[in-house]
This record gives sequence, C-alpha cells and structure tokens, in this order.
Amino acid sequence: MSQWETVIGLEVHVQLATASKIFSGAPNRFGAEPNRQASAVDLGLPGVLPVLNEAVVHMAIRFGLAVDAEIAPVTQFARKNYFYPDLPKGYQISQLDHPIVGRGHLDIIVAGKDGDTVKTVGITRAHLEEDAGKSIHDQVPGLTAVDLNRAGTPLLEIVSEPDLRSSAEAVAYLRELHAIIRDLGISDGNMNEGSMRCDANVSIRPRGEEKLGTRTEIKNLNSFRYLEKAIEFEVERQQEILEAGGRIKQETRLYDSERNETRSMRSKEEAEDYRYFPDPDLLPVTITPAQIEAVRAAMPELPRARRERFVQQYGLSTYDSRMVASDHGTAAYFEACVAVAGDAKLTANWVMGELASVLNREEKEIGAAPVSPEALGTLISRILDDTISSKIAKTVFEIMVTEGGGADAIIEARGLRQMSDSGELERLVDSVVADNPDQVAQYRAGKTKLLGYFVGQIMKATGGKANPGQLNELLRARLDGDT
Amino acid sequence: MNMPRNGFPDTLVTAARALASGDFSSHELVSDCLARIEAGRHLNAFVSVDAERALAAASAADRRPADERGPLNGLPIAIKDIFCQTGVRTTAGSRMLENWRAPYDATVIERLTAAGAVLLGKTNMDEFAMGSSGENSYFGATRNPWNDRHVPGGSSSGSAAAVAAGMVPAALGTDTGGSIRQPAAFCGLTGLKPTYGRVSRWGMIAFASSLDQAGPMAWDADDLALLLNVMAGVDRRDSTSVDEVVPDYTAGLTTSIRGLRIGLPDDLLGDDVGAEVRATVEATRRVFEGLGATIVPVALPTALAGVPAYYVLAPAEASANLARFDGVRFGHRCADPKSLEDLYLRSRSEGFGAEVKRRILTGTYALSVGYYDAYYLQAQKIRRLIRDEFLAAFTQVDAILAPTTPSPAFALGEKTDDPVSMYLQDVFTIPANLAGIPGLSMPAGMSGDLPLGVQLLGPHFGEGTLLTLAHAFQQETDHHLRRPGAAA
Repeated sequence: MSQWETVIGLEVHVQLATASKIFSGAPNRFGAEPNRQASAVDLGLPGVLPVLNEAVVHMAIRFGLAVDAEIAPVTQFARKNYFYPDLPKGYQISQLDHPIVGRGHLDIIVAGKDGDTVKTVGITRAHLEEDAGKSIHDQVPGLTAVDLNRAGTPLLEIVSEPDLRSSAEAVAYLRELHAIIRDLGISDGNMNEGSMRCDANVSIRPRGEEKLGTRTEIKNLNSFRYLEKAIEFEVERQQEILEAGGRIKQETRLYDSERNETRSMRSKEEAEDYRYFPDPDLLPVTITPAQIEAVRAAMPELPRARRERFVQQYGLSTYDSRMVASDHGTAAYFEACVAVAGDAKLTANWVMGELASVLNREEKEIGAAPVSPEALGTLISRILDDTISSKIAKTVFEIMVTEGGGADAIIEARGLRQMSDSGELERLVDSVVADNPDQVAQYRAGKTKLLGYFVGQIMKATGGKANPGQLNELLRARLDGDT
Repeated sequence: MNMPRNGFPDTLVTAARALASGDFSSHELVSDCLARIEAGRHLNAFVSVDAERALAAASAADRRPADERGPLNGLPIAIKDIFCQTGVRTTAGSRMLENWRAPYDATVIERLTAAGAVLLGKTNMDEFAMGSSGENSYFGATRNPWNDRHVPGGSSSGSAAAVAAGMVPAALGTDTGGSIRQPAAFCGLTGLKPTYGRVSRWGMIAFASSLDQAGPMAWDADDLALLLNVMAGVDRRDSTSVDEVVPDYTAGLTTSIRGLRIGLPDDLLGDDVGAEVRATVEATRRVFEGLGATIVPVALPTALAGVPAYYVLAPAEASANLARFDGVRFGHRCADPKSLEDLYLRSRSEGFGAEVKRRILTGTYALSVGYYDAYYLQAQKIRRLIRDEFLAAFTQVDAILAPTTPSPAFALGEKTDDPVSMYLQDVFTIPANLAGIPGLSMPAGMSGDLPLGVQLLGPHFGEGTLLTLAHAFQQETDHHLRRPGAAA
C-alpha cells in the first residue's frame, strides 16, 4: 500500500434538458448553426433583462431530492464577474450564497477484490447557473471565433465533498450521478456533447495525516476514462514532487487527453476575483414545502432502488444487478428483453456480454441498439428451448446486427436449428468412435479430457449444430459404458 | 391657462383637447415642435431627431379612426436616449454606443407607440445616466433654457431642456438617484420617479439595476398622470416589475387632499439647505395647510447617509452592467487590436468617458475580495435602514415634503472638477431610490431667473397620492405656468 492517500472532490456541470434557455425564450438545443440560437438576452444586448425559466427550478429540486439534500426555502442568483469573449454580459449569472440544493449525499458502489462495497459520498451543494458560449480557436486562421448558441444553457453544478479516495471511486461517483440525472430526465448526460462536464480537485497526503494537502483543480474531463486517467496522472505527478522534497502549487490544470497529461493553466495568484454580488435583475426565488412535495410525489425510480428491485424481482446477483440496473437505458432494455426471453440471468449475460460489445464496437448508445430488446429476447428463448446452442446463438446475433432480421427467420433460412435427434446423433457418435480407436483407448485409459476432442469432431461434422448437452451425454455413455 | 406659443398649447392634456376639437392636426403640432427643436439647437437637447418618421407618425395619427385612437394619439413626446428604440440609434450619451442601433423596442416605447404617441427623437443625457448636470455626454453638454450659462441638471438633461424650451410637451426620463427630479427642479418642470417596479425596465439601458426607474417629465401633474397611465404595469420581460393594479391616475387627480397628512422631515432641512430652498419648502407647506392637509414632523435620521451608500451600490451594479461593452459584439471597438487584452483595454478606454470610468473603478473596488463586506454590505445595511425609516414614517403620513435639490441650477463647468460636490446634488433625491418609493418634483418658486423645485415622496405605489397633491398645489399656484424668457 502506498504511503500516500489520494483525496478527490468533483465539480460536475450538468446541462439541463429544458425546452428553452435558463433566462431567455431561445431554444435549448445542441448542434445548430453557430449563433442562430442566441436571443437578445443571450447576446447580452444593452437593455435586456433575464427572466428565470421555472423548469430549471423544478429540475434542481428533483435532483436535490434524489440525493437527500436540503432544498433552500429561498434561493438567490448572483453575478460572477469576469471578462471573456464567449461570456456576453461580462458576468455569468450563477449562485453563491443560498444555492438551490444544499447538503446531501450519494451512495456509490466501489468494486473491490472482496466484492462490491457501498460508500456514501457527501454532496456539498448544487446550484443553478447559465452556461457561457464557446470560443473556437481552430476554425478561422489566426482568429478566435465565438459561438453563442450555448450561452444561457441551464447548468446545474454539483459539488462533492473531498470524500473520494481513488480514481476508481471518482469514476463510480460520476457514473452514479450520470445514472441519476438520466433517470430524473433532467439531462441527457451526453459527455461528448458537453451535457455533463467534470472538474476534479485532487490532492494527496501521507496516509494517516488529517490535514488536506495542497490541491490542484483539473479541468476538461469530458469522459469517464479521461477522469480516471487524469487523476492517475495527477496523483503520480504530485507524489513525484513531494517525494523529491518539493511543494505542490495550488493551481488550475488542464487535462490533455492526447498526451495523457495535465498542464498548468493558471496559478492561484493569477486566479480571478469574481466579485460576486446578488443579481439585482432577479428577485430571490421562494420554494414552498408544497412545491417540494409535488416534485417528490412524481419522483421516478432511481438506480439504487432499481438495483434492489432487480435482485428481488429477477433473482439477479448484486453484481449482475449493478451491471444492468444502474443505467436507465440498459435497465429498460433488460426489462423488455427478459419479458420475452424469460430467463433473467441468461438475459443479463447477453446484455452485458454480446450486446455491450456490439454497442462498444459500433459506438452506439443502448437506446440506438441495432437489435431490439424483443428480438434479442426471442433469440435467447431459442437457446432456452434447445432450438439452437449458445454458440450458434452468437452467430445468429451477429447476423441480426449486421444484416437485420429476426432470430427465427435466420435460424430457418440458414438451417442452424440444432441437431437433437438422438438417432442421428448416435450414428455420429458411432462413427467417430470407430474412426478414432487410438483416442478411444487413451480416453478409456483415463485421459478423459479427450471428451472435448470427440465433441469437436462431431461439431465439425455438423457445422456446430449438434445439441451440445445431448451430445456430451451420448458420448460419455458410449465411451464410459461400452468397454 | 398654459402659455401657448405660435398658437399651440405646450402641455399634453391641452394639446389633446385641441386635437380632439380639430383646432389643428398632429402633423401641424409636430411640425411646430420640429421647428422649435431646430431653433433651440444651441441647447443641445437632442442626440437624434427623426423628423421624417415623426411627421409620418403624426399623419398616421391624424388619419386614425376615432375608435382606434389611444390616449396619446398624435401627441409628441421626446425619449431619453437610454431607451432602446428601433429605427434610430440608441447611444446612452456614450461614444461606446455612438452608432448602435437597437434591434428591439423598450417596453415603454411599445406602450407609448401603442397609445398613439409621436416619438420625436432621442434626448441628450449624461453618459449612461451618470451625472447630475448634463455635462457628461459624449455629444456635449446640454444647456438650461432658463439661463443657457447654467446646467439643466442630469442625467435626464436633454428631456428636461426639451420640455422647458417648448420643443415638446413631455419627455421620458430615468431616475437612478434623482435623474428625473433634479433636472425637473432645475428646469421648472414636474417630474415623477415611480415606485421601483411600477414601470418596466425592459429595453432601458441599465446603470444600477436595483435603483433605475423610468418616469415622465412635463409641466404639470395632469400630464404626468396621463403618461403614467400608459407607462405603468407589470411586464413579464422584467422580473422586477410588480403585478400591482394600475389605477387611473388622471381620474384620481381631483380627489380632495383635505385631511391628508404630509410629513416634514427636519433631517432633510438642515444647515446644508440654502435659505431660498428652505423658504420655498416653507411656502409650499403653507399652501398645503391652506388646502386642508395636516403637516406632521417625521424622522428620517439615516436619509443623509444615502449619498455614500448610493455611491457604493450604484457603481457596484454599474461595474457589472457595463462589462458587456467589451468591443466584441457591439458598440465601440478600437482599431487593430493586438490581443484580447488590448481589445478590451483600448475599446473601453476610448469608448467610456471619465465619469463612467470613475464609477466602474469605484464599483469594481467595492465588490473586490476584502472590501465587499466593508463597502457593499455596509451600504446595503444603510439602504435597509433608510427603507425601514420611510416605511415607519408612512405609517404616520400619506406623503413627505422635502427639497428636491440643495440649490438652483449651477453654472456650466462649476462642479465638473469636484465630483463629490456634484454627487451631493443628489442628497435629497437618492433616499427615494434606495427605498424604492416614488418621488415627484414640482416647481415651487424662483431664484432669480432660475426655478426652484420641491419634492413629494410617497409610500410604495403611492404615485396617485403624489399626483393628487401636486395637482391640488398647481390648482392653487402658478409656478408650473412660468416659462423661460417670459416676463416674471
């Protein structure tokens, strides 16, 4: 065990999936032509005023309830002042004092050598703010282009306590947050498009030490993998410095995914004074207990409850349940699939195995899976009713992915139905025993591993269609019995 | 009777009556206004005049069927150049916006237009409404029509001068610390700063968002009531506008003031008030007593601390409000910026005038780490105290009578080198902005050839009472009938 302990806190920005922006009526959509989804308010034209989109308050309360947090009875917006070309007003409307979501906590599952453990991570606060536009440095040679479509997109910034102790815990926390916001329907959580962005505060301290070490803040962590890599790089960097007798500089660092390293952006001394003050254009927002209760009454099932239900309802192991029940989309797929297939364990294996690798290969979300859950369910049911073997099923699945079509049609058209006729199989067993007297002798002398050889011969002859269970039984009876 | 010039009445109410009875057309009235604007160019009251559009609007008003005519049909009005208006540049008196054209209309512009008003042009003002003399405009100082070596007051300098010079019967101003009431007092006009939230701020270029409020400026209370009827009311585009019933201010004018209690605050009549101003307040008090009102002493011990509190809070808000003028998207941009910092530095250095820079610096300082508690929070506490004192006073009285300014209009250039002395001009007007209450200034006397004003302050949404009191006063006196250049 290293003499150093890693301490991590995460700041996660989640773009809220509202129809319009947080302070204007402009549509809140990703991917439009530059500067075509920015209204006078988003552009910060002289004389314009912000008006709060009530939907963001509702979404923030939903999140707060999901992490057992206090919801502020009165929440207030503040101006965070700094100059940047993609910040139209020269200040960002955010929250400092009285954030909408106060202290809460989130249970995460940490996989370990001795199985999964549950860890409670403190959530310091979550507050609402507007996103800035985008500065684009590589489109116009020698110039920086500014796209203000994103300006005014509602963000929920979720700040954790420095409770995370490894990159794996940080990833587990981010995954759980991701799963929750998707279940809540408050964001699509798409990290590629910036719907969910993460900054990590990382420090290390000698094991047993209570005082926190000097931290660095790492920006630009837009995938689970980058979060993991960046923390690992940063921990190693800090260890090297401290072990060489150096000191860590408090600073903001940028993660470069291409070089897999973090680079200094600005030091504490260069950090801006944001001169926060309450935004006089927006009155404090009062949130009544009745409003909170109305949101609570409409809360969807969250990952933790769903994992527990999957163990209860489907008899899945906690591991399998974590794998298929955590993510909203995967869970929905699993439930639709098992409804057709019947066997939960086998369905879970298929969803986590074959399906996951196809999605991975084709870089697709489960919502856009090339095989519908019902179609996969039918395929699985053909394994269960002995129409095909598991091995053949994989071939059928690959055809379903690449060429389309249902399992039954593919099995029929390609003659993949497995051979379960015992007469036919017995003839094959007879001939393979007759053709391989040496191997038979070895087997009978105790080299029982050779059973696989005989199975292989027959599978070869049948193109894999022989019912493997039945075949094993027949072979064993023939080899063991007939001495 | 109001003194007509060239046969045209110079108040909205009288002009409306004459238009209705067919004495002349709006086109004729507006043509006369344009001629008077032209004749008074040396006053520098306007930044932009769109004669063609104004005449077209007047003709349209003349042709409008009787049942489609709004309460301001065909009546000419001037607009302080801080309100966004399409079709004409909106400058806020700044080089920063010298050629900026707003792509939308402010809510008050929409409401005036919908009521049939003919918008003559945009009036000169202290840059971004920062000033008390009209001397801080990129487009040059405005002069006082009563004596053109004197200032008209500010920041609604052009609006005050345009009305006082008879160029237009009424104008819109904005008041953050006294910018409607002080120039109204200096130019012999009646001007109203409504309750914060009474009139929408949408489309009004922000100086200090928690204090800014739009209001009308004219010769008398009747015209203010007519305009406020149109301007007031909640606007979903301004979250700080208040959904409070808008009474018919015109109908309320003739309510009796007998039995109303008027507070007289000793705290606002101390040694720093000149003898003439004190005598004017005293004379006004006697008129109100004669009309059956009761005068009651009230205490506003913290009101005078309003100036330092205001000059922390207003610049703090302004420092953020003016950050958007960075040369990136609109407004002045320096030539050949060498870097981002150079773009910011030179665009803002060139685009803003000295007073604006002074306030941005002051406000930035007041919000900085280590100073926020000592300045910004302390100033907020004073603001709260002043508001509480007014609320307490209004449990005893219906309105408060006070001076509008410590002295009559000062000479051009007299205070330009002494910002603090200039800031103290607002000592009696600032408390109303800090408390969010309405304030009205009306002419009540003369100091040589320069008018003197007094101020009436009311509880939140008490504009009706202030207008009723002013109307009663004006029925009894003729201060509001004096015109520059006319024999006293």
